[in-house]
Amino acid sequence: MPNVSGVDLQLADLSNKLIYAAMAVYLLAMFSHIFEWTFGSKGAVAVRSAEQATLAETVAASGPAKAVKKVTVTVASAGGGTTTLTRTALADAGATVVTSGRGDNDDVDGPGAAGTSEKGDLAGRIAISLTVLAALLHIGGVVARGLSVSRWPWGNMYEFSCAFALTTVLAYLGLLVAKKNVRWLGLPVTVAVVLTLGLAVSVLYTESEQLVPALHSYWLAIHVSAAIICGGAFYAGFAATALYLGKDSYDRRMAAGLTTGPFGTSASIWQRLPAAATLDKLSYRINALVFPLWTFTIIAGAIWAEAAWGKYWEWDPKETWSFITWVIYACYLHARATAGWKGRKAAYLALLAFACFLFNYYGVNIFVTGKHSYAGVG
Amino acid sequence: MSDTTTRQPDDDELTAERLTSAPLEQDNPSGIGVIGWLRWTWRQLTSMRVALILLFMLSLAAIPGSLIPQNSQNAFKVANWKLAHTTVAPIYQKLQLFDVYSSVWFSAIYLLLFISLAGCIIPRTWQFVGVLRAQPPAAPANLTRMPVYAAWHTEAGAKAVNAAAYQRLKRRGFRANLAGGSVASEKGYLREVGNLLFHLSLFALLAGFGWASLASGQGGKLVIEGQGYSNTMTQLDDFTGSALYGPEDLDPFGFKLDNFTSSYQTTGDHVGEAREFTAHIRYWTGEDSTKLTKGDIQVNQPLEIGGSKVFLIGHGYAPVVTVRNAKGEQVYSGPTAFLPQDSNLTSTGVIKVSDYGEKDGKKTQLGFTGFFLPTAAPDFTKTGPVSLFPGAADPKLVLNAFAGDLGTDSGLPQNVYQLDTKHMTQLQQDGQIAKVLLKPGQGWTLPNGYGTVTFDGVQQWASFNVSHRPGNAVALTGAICAILGLVGSLNVRRRRIWVRATEAPDGRTLVEVAGLARSESAKIAEELAELAVDLQDDAPAVDEDPSTAPEDTVPADLNSKE
Ligand code: HEM
Repeated sequence: MPNVSGVDLQLADLSNKLIYAAMAVYLLAMFSHIFEWTFGSKGAVAVRSAEQATLAETVAASGPAKAVKKVTVTVASAGGGTTTLTRTALADAGATVVTSGRGDNDDVDGPGAAGTSEKGDLAGRIAISLTVLAALLHIGGVVARGLSVSRWPWGNMYEFSCAFALTTVLAYLGLLVAKKNVRWLGLPVTVAVVLTLGLAVSVLYTESEQLVPALHSYWLAIHVSAAIICGGAFYAGFAATALYLGKDSYDRRMAAGLTTGPFGTSASIWQRLPAAATLDKLSYRINALVFPLWTFTIIAGAIWAEAAWGKYWEWDPKETWSFITWVIYACYLHARATAGWKGRKAAYLALLAFACFLFNYYGVNIFVTGKHSYAGVG
Repeated sequence: MSDTTTRQPDDDELTAERLTSAPLEQDNPSGIGVIGWLRWTWRQLTSMRVALILLFMLSLAAIPGSLIPQNSQNAFKVANWKLAHTTVAPIYQKLQLFDVYSSVWFSAIYLLLFISLAGCIIPRTWQFVGVLRAQPPAAPANLTRMPVYAAWHTEAGAKAVNAAAYQRLKRRGFRANLAGGSVASEKGYLREVGNLLFHLSLFALLAGFGWASLASGQGGKLVIEGQGYSNTMTQLDDFTGSALYGPEDLDPFGFKLDNFTSSYQTTGDHVGEAREFTAHIRYWTGEDSTKLTKGDIQVNQPLEIGGSKVFLIGHGYAPVVTVRNAKGEQVYSGPTAFLPQDSNLTSTGVIKVSDYGEKDGKKTQLGFTGFFLPTAAPDFTKTGPVSLFPGAADPKLVLNAFAGDLGTDSGLPQNVYQLDTKHMTQLQQDGQIAKVLLKPGQGWTLPNGYGTVTFDGVQQWASFNVSHRPGNAVALTGAICAILGLVGSLNVRRRRIWVRATEAPDGRTLVEVAGLARSESAKIAEELAELAVDLQDDAPAVDEDPSTAPEDTVPADLNSKE
């Protein structure tokens, strides 16, 4: 039933229903993750240890006639301790086993949200299945929205928010598919997605429409897609940074003889998370990976501005805050590269940078007027 | 470890702690007198710590400009803001808070940052060229001090093991050097290349910006359908130049606006929202205005004509009106641009009839003020004259008439959109202000025998921004290089691996492998383990008697260095 203004109302309606359905399923996934954490707190927290190395030896020894090659690498860790990494392989055969045995407790990654509880593990698996289902509905919703107006579905804040939430989920699921140990991110991811979508459908909602001429450009696809991907990834980096700070505080409190985590949280939560060093590295990796893309986003925006308004940079509030965000992320990367600024201090910079990113997204669109104020709010 | 107490630690051992190839920084002034202090100041300015502070200050300094109205964006808003905040406005003015991005303090921060950058990056570039020309640095004396380390004993000869290690490292893409009984190798130089490229491109960006602000200019022009424009100072409505680009430098070209198409949303939430604007023009460049080329200009698609870019920035309606005097002579005929007041293009405008001639033996001029409504509301009693939709679905023209002296002969420049009624009287009819509401084709007989006005129809106008901006290509190249540099800088891992096979006193050969990551997140341990396992094909490990195993020589604790 396409009408005069080029909007297919049936598809637009379908899109809304799919987004609501996705939200409901994300909510279930979130509860499932909460169960995972709850059950996990009852199971004992096992510490992964060098014992696993024996596994490697059994495997390697199973080739009776073949010689076994085995190397143990000693790695100096940041805290002054050492860890070891053992790689075992059969001579002239492909089979290799790598284990990382740990020499000290500081660097041990926790077992994840479910701890050793089987119920918790089941809840976690259910949560992931639900997240996958919700992501499919979500993709359907975003695609239907795009099809209903035959354009990229990110022309206003409602649409950005839906797409941004989707990239967060896809980044997370992508890491899981790549067999990265990130299931513990499930809860922060589902919470963020439910909040973002909730805000989108309530406060930011606008009907499916064609775009104002200012947004008629293939730069919309390039610049805004890049921005949306950056948003999802920066969020993941933020979650890892925040958890790093928590875990680090927890480690310090343990060292000081306290029995709870920061803000009186249960120690069991922190024990199940990866080691502070792992979280710290992960947050750096993510931020370092997105920074070039964010740079690209800003430059693409400048090129678009040149085509639309005749000047590539006018210090419009949106441009200004993108610049501020960029500079603070650059500060963070510099800080990491200099001694003495690793760890907590650099992490605070990362949090500040993400705060600027969020302000640029919500704050500037809603409270400040500038040339970018056609995002369809209010 | 006894051998290290008497020895200065190697360079590599020092960097091992910092996981970076950034130069070491010194805190105290060294040397004496002014030179010493100058050197110290320079070293401070080019230090990473100061770079960090400057970067942070830059981000802070950018904030006020996003919250306080800026002259560069909207001088009108600035003026209003000043009226509303009379107490702080003068202070803000002094602090250049209405011109943040060209203020002394903002400029000082970024100039210092760029000086710091030059002082940091240029020496690094030379240093890096030196590194590329030299062999990878030789193995440190004590490999166990390196952050990653592995060792085993083998029956193979030391020489053969070293040679095999050299080959394997080469095959893995390392730059390797076999000398003095050990192999030194390094990989990931692209990281440094990327880092240097990125920082140097920032200069290209700055140069592009600088050039643009010195040698660019722009002007605005409103053109009614069917009319033409040539790019000269006299024809431009307004112009802002710069140090190297004045009115005499305007690029020679011109164009004719054949017609303007617009379309609007007709249903739903967003009724009246614009969907398409296109200005269809024919243009010429140089002196020859007869060779015309067709072109379209849309909101996101400027047209490049002879060194300038022409942008479509606005549009509106121009009612076509014919005025006849009492004798029935046509004294005015044509379109007059009216300016939009709202998103439905309720427009206001002024028609000045300066060649009216004489009335009652006196030289007289006529002036009209009015509204043009592309889709007029059916009833104005509550709303006043407003348009309900930006498209011309039901166009109407509301006019008031004035007679007298327009003031156009005084020689002073006049605003064409305003009527100076100082020397004019408003026409009255039946004791009330004379006023009319016209549909296209309708006419109005003016009171007191002033003649007639007919509303013949309506045309559209488009306004253009003509902009000459050099330096874009430089800035763009800088930007692209910056991104490429960043990708290399942040994703390539630079690392060194050393292998040393030496004959142990018991006749066997001790193979030591050590690595040093020169950037964060290096997977150096995995890489080293892989290499070592491969190397065991050439140097099979012999079963260790636990008491003599090299694992016993635990690497020195890095933090307890003497
Ligand atoms: C104009 C503003 C600047 C920006 C936007 C900027 C940005 C960056 C970024 C994003 C990196 C990360 C690359 C990496 O981690 O390897 C970096 C690294 C670096 N920057 Fe800058 N930078 C600026 C100014 C400076 C200045 C003034 C200096 C010198 C005082 C400097 C020295 C360095 C060095 C030495 C590295 C490499 C650190 C390492 O060894 O990993 N930068 N810069």
